[in-house]
Amino acid sequence: MSIMGTRVVRVEDPVFLTRGATYTDDLTDERLTGALHLTLVRSPIAHATITSIDVSAAREAPGVVAVLTGEDIDLPAPLLFPGANKAMVRPWLATERVRFVGEPVAAVLTEGRYQGPDAAELVEVDYEPLPAVVDVHASATDEVLLFPDAGTNTAAVYNKEDPDPDFFADCEVVVTRDIVNQRVAAASLETRAASAVWGDDGRCTLFCSNQNAQGARDEVAGWLGVDASQIHVVLPDVGGGFGAKIGADPEFGLVAWLARHTGRPVRWSESRSENMTGMVQGRDQRQTITIGGSRDGRVKAYRLDVVADAGAYPRLGVFLPVFTRMMAPGTYDIEKVDSRARVVVTNTTSTAAYRGAGRPEATAAIERAMDLFAAEIGMDPAEVRKINVVPPEKFPFTTKGGAEYDSGEYAKAIDLALEASDYAGLRAEQKARRERGDAKLLGIGVSSYVEITGGGAFAENASIEVHPDGSALIWTGTSPHGQGHATAWAMLASDQLGIPVEKITVRHGDTDQVPEGGGTMGSRSLQTGGVAVHKASLELIDLAKQRAADILEASVEDLEVDTANAAIVVRGAPGSPTVTFAQLAEREELKVKTVWDGKKPTFPFGSHVAVVEVDTETGKVTVERIWAVDDAGPVLNPLLCEGQRHGGIAQGIAQALLEEVVYDPDGQPLTATFADYGFPSAAELPSFDLVPMETPTPINPLGFKGIGEAGTIGSTPAVQSAVIDALAHLGIRHIDMPTTPLRVWEAIQNAVKEDG
Amino acid sequence: MTGVKVEITVNGRSTTDEVEPRLLLAHYLRENVGLKATNIGCDTTSCGACTVLLDGESVKSCTVLAVQADQLAVTTMEGLAGESGDSLDHPVTAAFRQEHGLQCGFCTPGMVMAVAGLIAENPDLDERAVREGLEGNLCRCTGYHNIVRAALVAAGKDPDAAQAAEAESDAARTAPGFSAGSSEGAGA
Ligand code: FES
Ligand code: FES
Repeated sequence: MSIMGTRVVRVEDPVFLTRGATYTDDLTDERLTGALHLTLVRSPIAHATITSIDVSAAREAPGVVAVLTGEDIDLPAPLLFPGANKAMVRPWLATERVRFVGEPVAAVLTEGRYQGPDAAELVEVDYEPLPAVVDVHASATDEVLLFPDAGTNTAAVYNKEDPDPDFFADCEVVVTRDIVNQRVAAASLETRAASAVWGDDGRCTLFCSNQNAQGARDEVAGWLGVDASQIHVVLPDVGGGFGAKIGADPEFGLVAWLARHTGRPVRWSESRSENMTGMVQGRDQRQTITIGGSRDGRVKAYRLDVVADAGAYPRLGVFLPVFTRMMAPGTYDIEKVDSRARVVVTNTTSTAAYRGAGRPEATAAIERAMDLFAAEIGMDPAEVRKINVVPPEKFPFTTKGGAEYDSGEYAKAIDLALEASDYAGLRAEQKARRERGDAKLLGIGVSSYVEITGGGAFAENASIEVHPDGSALIWTGTSPHGQGHATAWAMLASDQLGIPVEKITVRHGDTDQVPEGGGTMGSRSLQTGGVAVHKASLELIDLAKQRAADILEASVEDLEVDTANAAIVVRGAPGSPTVTFAQLAEREELKVKTVWDGKKPTFPFGSHVAVVEVDTETGKVTVERIWAVDDAGPVLNPLLCEGQRHGGIAQGIAQALLEEVVYDPDGQPLTATFADYGFPSAAELPSFDLVPMETPTPINPLGFKGIGEAGTIGSTPAVQSAVIDALAHLGIRHIDMPTTPLRVWEAIQNAVKEDG
Repeated sequence: MTGVKVEITVNGRSTTDEVEPRLLLAHYLRENVGLKATNIGCDTTSCGACTVLLDGESVKSCTVLAVQADQLAVTTMEGLAGESGDSLDHPVTAAFRQEHGLQCGFCTPGMVMAVAGLIAENPDLDERAVREGLEGNLCRCTGYHNIVRAALVAAGKDPDAAQAAEAESDAARTAPGFSAGSSEGAGA
């Protein structure tokens, strides 16, 4: 029986559940012996001119080896997003101006860990406050410039054409609305950390918490002005990333530079409070949605206008509206789609990828638009969706957003979700509660979504070597941080070679061992790196057959793999001589390296039904159930796949209900600790009902699409919609996320007032 | 620096050191004893990544000073792994593996100890009791679904039946809006 599709428990777990994983801050690598501890002095003000920095008292503090300011650093300030305005560089340590709360202004190096914060408190910085720019619309006016040399606060504009005033001319019904896709924090449980040491050979070993060793190596090398071969990046275990650990952080470059400057290893690990302003944040788009169509439920035209917040220093967030625009039409076959986006800088933490990265914003927008349209024409929201989805016979389907959807059964996914949830029964219960005048009302939300996975780097490499003892090693350019690639990649190889999963080791995240690789992001890993492992296994079999042909005195065409014994045998000749992979490896190195290039992304899709209970007396929302259909093609390991869906659904619910990174008008973060940020615990979430559905992609031989972000993308609009749906009979059409008790309660009060 | 001598039994072994009075138990375990499973995920007693058992009760070791643990016994996740240090025979760690109750693993050592503490307190758990009992332990990866299952399995319950019962129950949920900042389960 094939191992594919079975619930293999993780090979990662025995260590993780006994001595624990080894994260960057856990390293006891002897090269780091005697390391200095880096503490960063960070700006408490969002926008200010620095008038003086006095480090003299800090230099005298116990254990202090050095205190440095930007003046001491002889590296050009990096542009963190290559396409951004060249004036929008981020200083290593600010010297003239600070642009967000949390921006580093001085670096303190101490012998002991506890001495750093003590000394950092003695650094005296004088600031002359400047007006803070927090609101994106205010930023777009350029009244206050963050980078006077840039002459503008706009970091990017996508689609400069003026909107066509007749775009909705032939629509019977047109609805428009301003909505907010709020800023959220990735909040990986491991914060950022890096350690660096330079060897006698002039190379730097940089240990860091990241989603792509090779990318981090190239960035850090570029910043330091050295050849990439001089930087050896090693990723220890990584405690979650969710997109926020894509790309090197400037702090990594600083750690490497400080290690070179002092001639000693340097360690850095940030506190949670630093992380909540220092690590990139996600989402943050103000959107205007306009949807038009006819009263029979057919949508004809859709427009999405986006103003996105890049934060103070442009990073990946500048690019993400490209994904939002591409995925704007969602699962729907809409005649006319129009979108534009502007990205501006503000005095806040930089934005970048967060689980879904640009696509959840697109889905939330179109799904809200569908709900508004359905409400306007008085049609069931599930029905409106089914009328408008791309029908199966139209695939591959090129959308008005410019994407080529590979495969999909969108209406079927909606039907499965409706059926699993007993949608009609839920509507009946909702009605009964309203009629009884219950204080606790039921809300039902339906989402239909499609997303793009493996949208960045389509190619990935894999190597496999079989050893004489029958074990095997796989090297991959992907970079798991919880996803379970050690198990999944071993299953893919085991399926072809017959070598048991327990005898296969997977190596990743070390640029000396795997010099090339695209890392793990954008749900790319299985369909790129996983398929590469499959391809490498087949190539290894070809190589083994060529070598076995001589030994077995048979032609290559007559040979096949006996997976029960991990051996090459002659087809249809039981009892004849065989040779195992291990025996072949004994004679000569048995190793292949290959690259799989799918050349295209894939488009997983699905549908969620969420049921919430809204307490009309308090505004409190409770998610009762969520049924999720998430179709990412065939499932390699249901245990891992379900885990990805669970985590994604939870993060999606959290955005809909609880989480928001908030800045006050002065740019002060009000959610800078876990005590203030709405990170959900087990008590706020239900168990999740997962409904299976598997539609393969033609893009790769195994039919795999990505599953990492699907849950997040589907659940947010379903839950938000459910909250609003509970109150629809009061005339409420929209409540911005997060739908906190206060917002819900206010919406109810306003509706009741208008009514009375 | 003037140190204070502490003697703390960690996973059955006696440890001793001169420590700064402000040294956190979490740092004592990680740096002085060298047991790195216990993690630190926040600075506001919110995440529970640092949860250990102190004389059998779960506490957040980032909120306990090493000097407060003087003469007491601490159990960390390493302490569940037997003499060999690699045994998965403990019902809680075994259940976490079987139910895929961990992904990146960062919350895991604290979560495992919180579950061990919860079961020690009351083994007769249902889904709601597990969810409320783990309110002080945050996980970003799993959505808690499989952690809850692992806890139920470790307590000898049938997770499928327990989840089905919870899904059917129409009982109003009593959990507050969100739990961040809760210091429930913390010592000191
Ligand atoms: S480290 Fe977060 S509660 Fe202790
Ligand atoms: S497994 Fe990653 S935080 Fe829980």
